Amino acid sequence: MGLQCIEISKKYKSRKGKVSALNNVDFSIDEQEFVCIVGPSGCGKTTLLKIIAGLLRPSTGKIVLDENDNSDRPRTAMVFQDQGLFPWMSVLDNVAFGLEMRGVDKSTRHLQAREFINRVGLGDFFQSYPNELSGGMRQRVAILRAFLTEPQILLMDEPLAGLDSQTRLVMQEELLRIWKDNRHTIIYVTHDINEAILLGDRILVMSGRPGSLRADIPIHLPRPRRRTDLNRLEILDLYEKIWNMIESEVKKELRIVVEN
Amino acid sequence: MKTKRKSTFIKFIQSSMPSIYVLLILSLWEGLARSGTIAVLFFPSPSSILTTLWHLIISGEVFSNLEISLVRMSWGIFFGLVPGVLLGLAMGWSNRIQKIMDPFIAALHPIPKIAIFPLIMIIFGLGEISKIVAIAISAFFPMLINSMAGVRQLTPVYFEVAKNYGANRWKTFFRIVLPGSLPMILAGARIAFNMALVITIAVELLTAREGLGVMIWFAWETLRTKELYATLVVIAALGMGINYLLQKATALMTPWHRSNSTE
Repeated sequence: MGLQCIEISKKYKSRKGKVSALNNVDFSIDEQEFVCIVGPSGCGKTTLLKIIAGLLRPSTGKIVLDENDNSDRPRTAMVFQDQGLFPWMSVLDNVAFGLEMRGVDKSTRHLQAREFINRVGLGDFFQSYPNELSGGMRQRVAILRAFLTEPQILLMDEPLAGLDSQTRLVMQEELLRIWKDNRHTIIYVTHDINEAILLGDRILVMSGRPGSLRADIPIHLPRPRRRTDLNRLEILDLYEKIWNMIESEVKKELRIVVEN
Repeated sequence: MKTKRKSTFIKFIQSSMPSIYVLLILSLWEGLARSGTIAVLFFPSPSSILTTLWHLIISGEVFSNLEISLVRMSWGIFFGLVPGVLLGLAMGWSNRIQKIMDPFIAALHPIPKIAIFPLIMIIFGLGEISKIVAIAISAFFPMLINSMAGVRQLTPVYFEVAKNYGANRWKTFFRIVLPGSLPMILAGARIAFNMALVITIAVELLTAREGLGVMIWFAWETLRTKELYATLVVIAALGMGINYLLQKATALMTPWHRSNSTE
């Protein structure tokens, strides 16, 4: 399912008057594409994702989904950075939540959720509550919940940012493994450039306040990808290129004076 | 080996310390009362209080009055708890409802509930209804405050997830708002039950013909101190029983909650 963001802008009212969070963001995404959005903190990445998810309304512009699919798949499912799981529901009920909201009856949704959970090896934790799991396990459950609803577009808002760096590396490959079977269209927000390169078909680089699109970079790396691919020369160059774009933004945000 | 056995022995002593203290104090009391060091009219010996309690139990006096107080209290709690929870959740969920209701709550909440009992009697008469209303009001406020706080402390992410997955208001209420605030609601229930017990005894002292409060009042008027103490024992046991049951119910209803799972 493809998607078009047409000249999205978002302004907030705050004590200091109107604050512009997003300015004229315009891009389109093809079906089955894995697109990563990177940018400095506060560049409106999360705002953009929430607008696509329908949780926020853009001040101007619109989101267009190519509706060539007449099934009743939900438009989007979002994986949040943390705290996205409901502490009062078991792992099984959490994973099945999306289906429950779509009115799927209990035995069907539990059957599907069980199969999904089993497939990633969390079968021993059906009845566990989220606070009995480690942070990495919790995010896997949150990702499963989003995948299970078969959304037309999966939105991920730094889903691995709360994890320690080692768990994060393992989870990146885990994510690719889950994605490979379904090939969903994914928009993935991160501020980790290596993560974006490893996961994405394309990287959208955003600049700081107000957030706008600065570059649109395709990643020509064959899949399946491995961590060692990040050591390739052309990839190292690419990393530098992206980092240079972001670095000046971060310094500007921190009011660090750049000497020339 | 030796140190290990010693440590379990010490642990046993430590865990039974509270009961040892209580027994010590009771036997000291018993000794002082029997020797006539303290006036038995004010401080009858624990053994005589227990004997009196036993007579009150087999005569049926305790249970008939306990039943009346319990029924009265249960109705009061029912009529206070249900609206308290519903209004509290609504106020926690909706800013508009909160804005409308806040001035009333802020004005009424701090009034000691027993102070408005005369007014309640003027409105509802001297019968059972005025007592139930007073108890209901006392249970209402803790339920309201805690239910509201229960919804407020839910992170906005929960609502965003629900909305993102297409939850309607009905489902959001039953799957997010209600279970999410349940730990706070149950904590409020413990306060509400205790408040209700206080007010039940208080209104019975003031006007009732039967009930535990009445037993205390009669015992005082006829200066039967032993009966007074015996009734206090019953009320204390009732309070402890209620708290125990609520604690069990909380553990059963919110198995995910941290305070339960760590034990």
